[in-house]
Amino acid sequence: MEPVLSLDGIVKTFRDNEKSCPALAGISFDVAAREIVCIMGPSGCGKSTLLRIIGGLDSADAGRISQTAGNKDGKPSVAMVFQDHALFPWLTVYENIVYGLRLSVQNLPEEEIAKRAESLLDLTHLTAFALSYPHQLSGGMKQRASVARALAIKPSILLMDEPFSALDTFTRRELEDEVVRIRQDLKTTFLMVTHNPEEAIYIADRIVILSGRPAVVSDILPIDLPYPRDKADPEFIRIREQVTRMIRGKA
Amino acid sequence: MVLISKQNIRDYGKGLALIVILLISWEGFALMIQNNYILPRLGEIFSVLLQPAAPVLGGESLIQNTIQSLREVLTGFLCAAAVAIPLGLFIGWSKEVQKYLNPTIQILRPVPPIAWMPFSIAWFGIGFNSILFIIGMGAFFPILINTVDGVQGVRLRWIEVAETFHATTFEQLRTVILPGALPVIWNGLRVSFGVAWMCVVAAEMLPGTTAGLGYLIMYAYKLGQLQVIGAGMIIIGVIGLGADTLFRAGQERLFGWQGRE
Repeated sequence: MEPVLSLDGIVKTFRDNEKSCPALAGISFDVAAREIVCIMGPSGCGKSTLLRIIGGLDSADAGRISQTAGNKDGKPSVAMVFQDHALFPWLTVYENIVYGLRLSVQNLPEEEIAKRAESLLDLTHLTAFALSYPHQLSGGMKQRASVARALAIKPSILLMDEPFSALDTFTRRELEDEVVRIRQDLKTTFLMVTHNPEEAIYIADRIVILSGRPAVVSDILPIDLPYPRDKADPEFIRIREQVTRMIRGKA
Repeated sequence: MVLISKQNIRDYGKGLALIVILLISWEGFALMIQNNYILPRLGEIFSVLLQPAAPVLGGESLIQNTIQSLREVLTGFLCAAAVAIPLGLFIGWSKEVQKYLNPTIQILRPVPPIAWMPFSIAWFGIGFNSILFIIGMGAFFPILINTVDGVQGVRLRWIEVAETFHATTFEQLRTVILPGALPVIWNGLRVSFGVAWMCVVAAEMLPGTTAGLGYLIMYAYKLGQLQVIGAGMIIIGVIGLGADTLFRAGQERLFGWQGRE
């Protein structure tokens, strides 16, 4: 299948007062359309840096990022969800959700904006909170709103940087289920950084495992379990132990 | 209305208690001293206040003087804000610009506005413009400093969100930096209005001034009419309190999200 996103030899070295600190030493992998790919690796290995480079917040020193799908202006259509929901506290949930939409698609008629917002509010179960402000929402609702804001621009790929790690176990579980459901409904492609093997195996089609600094791709592990997955399934547990071992071995 | 809850009434009561004690002490000393040039009786001060539309000391009425001062303060304040907010956004946005401008700002900032008086007269002549300049100089720096702080305090993450949606610099300014910095800018406006109001007395000392609360106070001083000075001070104080209350109410209404994000 044609990849939505293709990384080819991404290199990044941080320079600070003449001291150079290599973070990524040639990262290459593809993400196919409608795939959920999780990036894992020892902490500090540059997972977030890689995501920020793909999202356009950092630049790579070398390597190529190619994306097949782009939006009208030819800008690559990626959207990003951060660990802290990063909603704008002065905007309502509705205004937060349409924020990126208003910026990236100029002169979209207001009815079209409202229509898209309503379907996203519905998708993320936030319809009743459209006019609430972020500080009035629970942690899980905030993160759902943040996902809705990213989905509003219909990105060809949704980047998520440890999106659920600040949430409690139950909320987290709920949102993991929602990612799988959103992929089903909207045919969205997900690339997600997580440090939780259970989470990765629960939602991902493939897990990309990075080595410690400077990071290279050490393994790409396809997860062939059928959805919905069962975290208590012996096969699930076997893979979890395997992934944990693989990451520990890289640290 | 939240403003008249039981708790609030109790809090107002606490604040009022000291005012009552001060008034009683004032009146007590005034009775003991029996000298209008040192402590005018409260009754005399209030009789000035109670006839706000009557000409004071053969000039304008209290109301006319108050309006005159308010007009000067508001105009000076708004002019200062119109320059300080855009400049502050610019300085806060660019560390490089800040390096160029900061020393000049820090040197000018501690200069008392009234020290500008001779220059002000030389540049703008006697009258409204000179007064505006002095009030503006006082009002300018609190707004500028707070705007810079506000912009620099905007969470980087919010700007990154705008960047991931390909916001242009101007769009970032409009949709993230300005609203994110606004609570701090608002606080600057609040402080600045207080300073502007304090400057009005000084500014109306300019020769050629014929109206305003500051002028009235100085004129009453020349004539030894301390009860008029007392009345003028009370009006200035009460209006200052009122403005501050409005700014605080606005803060709660507009920026309820602050500190809870």
